[in-house]
Amino acid sequence: MAFISIKNVCFSYAEETDPQLHVNAVDGVSLDVNKGEFVAVIGHNGCGKSTLAKHLNAMLLPDSGKVYVDGDDTADEQKTWDIREKVGLVLQNPDNQLVASIVEEDVAFGPENLGVDPKEIRQRVDNALKAVGMYEYRTHAPYKLSGGQKQRVAIAGILAIQPKCIVLDEPTAMLDPSGRNEVMSTLLKLNKEDGITVVLITHYMDEAVLADRVVVMDSGKVLTEGTPDEVFSQVELLKKHRLDVPQAAELAYRLRGCGVKIDRIPLKREDCVKLLEEAIK
Amino acid sequence: MSCILELKNLGFTYGKGTPFEKRAVNNVNLKINKGEFIGIIGHTGSGKSTLVQMLNGLIRPTDGQVFLDGKDIWEEPKQIRNVRFRVGMVFQYPEYQLFEETVYKDIAFGAINKGLTGDELDRAVRSAAKFAGVKENHLEKSPFDLSGGEKRRAAIAGVIAMEPDVLVLDEPTAGLDPMGREILLSQIVNYHKTRGNTVILVSHTMEDIARVADRIIVMNKSELVTFDDTKKVFAKGDMLSKIGLQVPQITNIMQDLKQRGFDVPDGVLTVDEAVAVLAPLMKREGATW
Amino acid sequence: MVRDVSFGQYFPGRSIIHRLDPRAKILMFIAYIVIIFCTFNYAALAVTTLFTAVFLVMTKIAPKFYVKSLKVIIFIVIFTSLLNLFYGTGNPIWQWGIIKLTMNGINRALFVSVRIICLILASSCLTFTTSPTELTDAIERLMKPLKVIRFPVHEVAMMMSLALRFVPTLLEETDKIMAAQKARGANMDSGNLLSRVKALVPILIPLFVSAFRRAYDIATAMECRCYRGGAGRTRMKSIHMGARDVIAFAVTALVIAGVIVCNIMMAAVV
Repeated sequence: MAFISIKNVCFSYAEETDPQLHVNAVDGVSLDVNKGEFVAVIGHNGCGKSTLAKHLNAMLLPDSGKVYVDGDDTADEQKTWDIREKVGLVLQNPDNQLVASIVEEDVAFGPENLGVDPKEIRQRVDNALKAVGMYEYRTHAPYKLSGGQKQRVAIAGILAIQPKCIVLDEPTAMLDPSGRNEVMSTLLKLNKEDGITVVLITHYMDEAVLADRVVVMDSGKVLTEGTPDEVFSQVELLKKHRLDVPQAAELAYRLRGCGVKIDRIPLKREDCVKLLEEAIK
Repeated sequence: MSCILELKNLGFTYGKGTPFEKRAVNNVNLKINKGEFIGIIGHTGSGKSTLVQMLNGLIRPTDGQVFLDGKDIWEEPKQIRNVRFRVGMVFQYPEYQLFEETVYKDIAFGAINKGLTGDELDRAVRSAAKFAGVKENHLEKSPFDLSGGEKRRAAIAGVIAMEPDVLVLDEPTAGLDPMGREILLSQIVNYHKTRGNTVILVSHTMEDIARVADRIIVMNKSELVTFDDTKKVFAKGDMLSKIGLQVPQITNIMQDLKQRGFDVPDGVLTVDEAVAVLAPLMKREGATW
Repeated sequence: MVRDVSFGQYFPGRSIIHRLDPRAKILMFIAYIVIIFCTFNYAALAVTTLFTAVFLVMTKIAPKFYVKSLKVIIFIVIFTSLLNLFYGTGNPIWQWGIIKLTMNGINRALFVSVRIICLILASSCLTFTTSPTELTDAIERLMKPLKVIRFPVHEVAMMMSLALRFVPTLLEETDKIMAAQKARGANMDSGNLLSRVKALVPILIPLFVSAFRRAYDIATAMECRCYRGGAGRTRMKSIHMGARDVIAFAVTALVIAGVIVCNIMMAAVV
């Protein structure tokens, strides 16, 4: 069984009293996340991707369907804290998830809640801060850090719990480009070097391009999924749902429309240049 | 073209005379013409936020002057509020400034402060709501019942309703999804076209700036690096990446092609332009199709 | 701007004062307040001032930060010492109309200002060298006996530490909201009392809305990080009294003794 297995999940925030307005925020989603994978979930605001994220660590429970984490049903109250230890959730606003006034004390918050031995907490905190490249800032006050730095501290706070999987709900939406780069390279490193499973909810397609697998959501449903190449080559479908595609992909797609023969849809700058060069020759 | 805003040796130092002194803006000189669409780029801490807050007198320069229509805005410090009505400023995440009972009242707040009343006020509010894309049936709702994107539009309408000569927007699309960004941006472009007013857009999203701005101000480390036509600025891809700014992917691709000896122009900013340049080139050079 | 105030900040460091048990620091601070208000003559005042000065030097924090923390209360100091200056009893040494200056008045003004300044310096010394987490941790442990009467000790301590964490964030937010409303022509600097109070509405409402939104977010984030109340929690920085705390207590006791001796040996001047 996959590490996280989502089976036909429906969820609605609306009150039962008004069936007319009853809209499922998540509407019959089935999805597997394997150990060590880097999965990006993209879609518009309100497409249900954030609601789905909160299902992965039992912050929300499905109205119908099931979510299994490492074989455990998230609806099983006995397992709630085990699940939150295995799947850490990082939220959008970095300011609102740092709870202590000193960086290292904030990172310690998770293991402290788990009752970990003080010496081991120290170890975990140092390791987590090193993993996100914020060790030098361990005695700083969070409010003096940049957005990207704060978000890396938030990630360290989750890492110190030693989860198998990190789910991030639009962690870069409030950051500037350099903050976004910091967070993305941190996530890639955690995934590639430390083998942590990453589920990244985002609306930036240039971040999704870096994932192993991309899931596109629309109106609570999975629109399409696959490798970045597979997903972003469906330029027409994405455009129809007014989602972004990399400019490289759009250019190749449009040139095809003009009758130019390009056999692949490129996502990256170098690849696109190469293909165009071939096409011109 | 007549000049609406002129900055002369403009500078600002935070905490002047204290041990925490920090130079935020240093010796900026520039002229902005009536009706121009100006983009400002620079990364966080480059001084661009301080710069725009000096344009409407929210921050008083520690040296140099700001001229609005040829008049130093700090000539009569007591009248500085009037400058704020003429240079409307939309802050980052403006939805956090909403406070009135209804969207209508909130949009009207600035206009009432300006002194508009009666029909004039009503007309200003409704036309601002239209420009910003606030739905008619939302006007009587509480602003706190709107969605995130709708709140943002209501807040922007609140500044447009003051009918400023210059509209400054600091990162208006931050945090929006691609569709929301697209819609908001086209509304701003439409406002600029219809009203013919000066618009100054601060943004991290180079693709957006590239698409809409006539001229671009580049700020780095408190200094004005360059102020030039959009195409010319983006043609200097190396300079921009050196100061940590990203050029649109399409511009980079075209630049690469040029370096490999293909006959393509500098500073291609949009996919449309690139297609227009490349399609004939490929057919002419005998690609198989 | 509001953020320039250094009062209540924490400066991480490794000085002896930093490494004292926060409980010891809080108890010493309480003792200190008592001492300060029990100084009745110049000798006693000199002893406490010297004690304060030694402590501040030992924190190894740049004096400019202490000076900055005094800025906030400078008006209070001036105001209260002026009041005291002209309301002294005894024979006037200088008089002009109803305004008279007495030796007693001068003494009282001096004592009151030195006391306030010492008090602020000492509390800065406490907050500069003790992180908010340590502080609330210490308070939680000092209040532990209250658990017997079902006082929610952990919850109160957690609330305090969250409040301390969000003070700078909310101050920054206030600045931003004020700037945004000023940009919409809000008039905050003039008008009568009523219109000034009214002018606060556009600031307070967004501030409250944002505080509630943050509170909701924080609660979610804390749950995500496995927070489920105080039971079973451990601490990374476990605090324990050591030799240096005992020495610190001894020094404080000595100073108290010194102040008492000075008070007995010499006549009170205030």
